[in-house]
Amino acid sequence: MTKLHLRANTFTLLQTVTSVGLSALAWVVTGVRPIWNGSQPSERQRIYFANHASHGDFILLSACLSEKVRARTHAVAAAEYWGKSRLRRFIAEDMLSSVLIHRHWTDETQHPISIMLSVLDQGHSLILFPEGTRNTTDAELLPFRSGLYNLSMARPDVELIPCWIENMSRVLPKGQFLPVPLLCRVVFGPPVAIAPGEERRAFLERARQTLLSLDPRPDRDD
Amino acid sequence: MTLPPMHETVVLLVGLVGVLTTASIVAGILSWRAPKPLPSTLVNLNQRINAWWVMVVAITVAFFFGHTGMTILFALISFAALREFVTLTHSRRSDHWVLLGMFGIIIPYQYWLVWTAWYGLFTIFIPVYCFLLMPAITALNGDTERFLERVSAQQWAVMISVYCVSHVPALLTLNVPGFEGRNLLLIAFLIITVQGSDVFQYIFGKLFGRHLLSPSVSPSKTWEGLIGGLVASSLLGALLSFLTPFSPLAAAGVAFIACLMGFLGGLVASAIKRDQGVKDWGHLIEGHGGMMDRADSLVFAAPVFFHIVRYFWTV
Repeated sequence: MTKLHLRANTFTLLQTVTSVGLSALAWVVTGVRPIWNGSQPSERQRIYFANHASHGDFILLSACLSEKVRARTHAVAAAEYWGKSRLRRFIAEDMLSSVLIHRHWTDETQHPISIMLSVLDQGHSLILFPEGTRNTTDAELLPFRSGLYNLSMARPDVELIPCWIENMSRVLPKGQFLPVPLLCRVVFGPPVAIAPGEERRAFLERARQTLLSLDPRPDRDD
Repeated sequence: MTLPPMHETVVLLVGLVGVLTTASIVAGILSWRAPKPLPSTLVNLNQRINAWWVMVVAITVAFFFGHTGMTILFALISFAALREFVTLTHSRRSDHWVLLGMFGIIIPYQYWLVWTAWYGLFTIFIPVYCFLLMPAITALNGDTERFLERVSAQQWAVMISVYCVSHVPALLTLNVPGFEGRNLLLIAFLIITVQGSDVFQYIFGKLFGRHLLSPSVSPSKTWEGLIGGLVASSLLGALLSFLTPFSPLAAAGVAFIACLMGFLGGLVASAIKRDQGVKDWGHLIEGHGGMMDRADSLVFAAPVFFHIVRYFWTV
């Protein structure tokens, strides 16, 4: 059922127009700017992993990447949500060029890791939300799912970059449609890699702590 | 000896470009001779000068589009200022619709009232109707967590960023006998004296500052800076009286009051930043252009200037 959507190595016209339009919109609404704090913009293959509270998260993160990098970077999204109707699938795949994965797969060809690996093997980068869902709790960051570990074990050359997305949950909370203009930043941290012999849970918790440590105002009380 | 408006506009523009060019050249020489990396004072000076260039260009462009251009420009300034203000304050998910209304309804409607010169509603729309309806909507939402704090922050945000700022283009709606068609020059007079006063206070403070005015609020504001700045900007006001319906003496007096209000605006802005600093979320504005940093004095000066002109010079 899941088809791989990377027909060509670059964006279609629709995807380019969508990506430029959404980045411009993100700038008008949030004045978004990237803070490179431990890593630098680069065209090398990466997995950008970020906190997730809003549909706007991936748009904000993409807006911080250069046009060239953006054309080869795909957000990983849940097929249960984005594959539900033809319209949603069209938005997710044909406009946003996201990669849809099933959180609960039945068939081996739908295995999320193999789908994501096939994208990496075409030389493209991924945007991943390791919490697995949008966080609506009071906790700053939910526990990570295993995908990040499994991907990195399979493709150790791909850099894992933590990205802290600030304020987006206030701009476009879950269940809302219209964004409130508020200033946002995305903090890109130092790459994280699995240490020799590091166990899965330990690595995931370390990656999670690295992401948390990027929050520029950790004592925020909202 | 009334000069024609075109003549005044040209004199004004040439004067401003001359002053800014001189400032840029001086700052350029200082930066060139200073050790690298540049000391923070010089970085700050360069940023200020660049901000003034942007300001002069934006206002000049709006100037040539007349009333509509000025109204749209200040609506955009309100948008940027409100966005900064709301970002800094506490809000909850249940505030979403009130926040949307502040951007989507209050800004456009307030500036529509300016554009159509509906003075009666312009002065009460925010302080009466929004003041009462915004907390009512928040209460109807049923989320009482830190209610008063959230509601007060929203009121402050719209009063400062929308209501006060909208008094600048509202100067265009005043009907001063014998001054018809030249109200744009009132805006120029207000902005130049108030921004000039900021610069003079800074310079006098650096040169002669000894006695801190309010150490707990701002470590850089001194009595010497304030007095020197106010005297210099009152003189500047008298020099610029040819732009206005005021006599030179009256122009000095009006400039004095506007600049005193501007000083108080800067003081209040410092107090707000101090307060947020204690809560440790102070870095948010840094690098974002800081509309409020540039506009804090104008925000306090504009409504008072507007009402002085309206009371003493209009029919």
